[in-house]
Amino acid sequence: MSTIKKELAVAALENGTVIDRIPSEQLFKVVSMLKLDTLGNSITIGNNLHSGKIGKKGIVKVADYFFRDEEINKIALIAPDATINVIRDYKVVEKYNITLHDTLRGIIRCNNPKCVSNNEPMDTVFHVTSRQPLEVTCRYCNRTITANKIEIC
Amino acid sequence: MKCESLVSINDFSKEEIMELLEKARSFEENPNRKVLEGKVVATLFFEPSTRTRLSFETAVNRLGGRIIGFSDAATSSSSKGESLKDTIMMVSNYVDLIIMRHHLEGAARYASEVSSVPIINAGDGANQHPTQTMLDLYSIYKTQGTLENLNITMVGDLKYGRTVHSLLQAMSHFNPTFHFVAPDELKMPQEYKIFCEDHNIPYYEHSDFSEEVINQADILYMTRVQRERFTDLMEYERVKDVYILHNSMLANSKPNLRVLHPLPRVNEIAYDVDSNPKAYYFQQAKNGLFARQAIICKVLGIDVE
Repeated sequence: MSTIKKELAVAALENGTVIDRIPSEQLFKVVSMLKLDTLGNSITIGNNLHSGKIGKKGIVKVADYFFRDEEINKIALIAPDATINVIRDYKVVEKYNITLHDTLRGIIRCNNPKCVSNNEPMDTVFHVTSRQPLEVTCRYCNRTITANKIEIC
Repeated sequence: MKCESLVSINDFSKEEIMELLEKARSFEENPNRKVLEGKVVATLFFEPSTRTRLSFETAVNRLGGRIIGFSDAATSSSSKGESLKDTIMMVSNYVDLIIMRHHLEGAARYASEVSSVPIINAGDGANQHPTQTMLDLYSIYKTQGTLENLNITMVGDLKYGRTVHSLLQAMSHFNPTFHFVAPDELKMPQEYKIFCEDHNIPYYEHSDFSEEVINQADILYMTRVQRERFTDLMEYERVKDVYILHNSMLANSKPNLRVLHPLPRVNEIAYDVDSNPKAYYFQQAKNGLFARQAIICKVLGIDVE
């Protein structure tokens, strides 16, 4: 039943992007990370939908908008299983999983108060030093942060 | 040769380290060379460090360069709220090289990204102090004749000691064996032990500073156990005299053993050690001049024979 509903919902978008399989508790973080609150396009947000794979999920549909890779991949930090559906003329023309880039610029806040990135008007830069479990290291102060302590800018 | 900054000792490969040690040796033979004639170097010390600044400025002077700069952030425009970026952008207009010390971690890396001239990191908070590491390596190389297969015993504050962490990483190229002697509260952090494991470097941890440990060492690297590092002052009182080296403890040490210390020392090396030929900490500081001359020439792409 829910599958049919989802397909209908996806099909209702003429052109745009559907971000699917976002863990429910991360949905609104994803929304703010992608700065959707500042986007004028029509956006549909659903949450606590049933998912066979991850339990409860969130879904975001953005009409007439196609994310750049570096824009969308940063959500891999909090929603690593999310999938992206690119819709054109009511059809899914592309479906892919997001991948976390090796270098993350301006996404994560360094949790070292003495790090230069917390004291200068500048972007943070983190390198992904381990993927499983996820660990990132600050380019500036070399502090390593584990997945559960990652704080988004 | 291209110009490049020196922010971390990890920026150098094993070959580059060896090349720098040979250059340092040549500067020790002849420290006065006018290869920086016509060049201006800035020493920007946002945090005071007289010892390091004098060493750098002597190095530049002996190479014939001229120096501008400040020795304290209070006398610079950062006291007016200027950002580090703006200070670096402005100064890099004037000079050929910037040598900087800053209390913020990562400041030198950031400066190297915005500067149009090379940066040498003269210490960024608790993070990196690569020229100290080079002078430590040069001191070890000079006294042991090699950097390979040595027993390096580090004593004291191994948790916060920036110098021991950088030395540990730099020595990883040379198949060392480490002994870490520290009180529980100041033990070598896990990440550096994992680093050793990843590089197949054997290490042993001790809480006793015993003659047995000393007697197998080639290098005894002493550091200061500082009161302010302890959360439990009772613990400090208990251990403060445990990690002190006395001359009598060196009686059965190896003939090639040398005692190193980044200085300043307080009481962790008793004064009776100073006259022992194995005490090397003052020469070690002197070696800093030659190591820094070699590094300055390298980052500026100046080839010296």
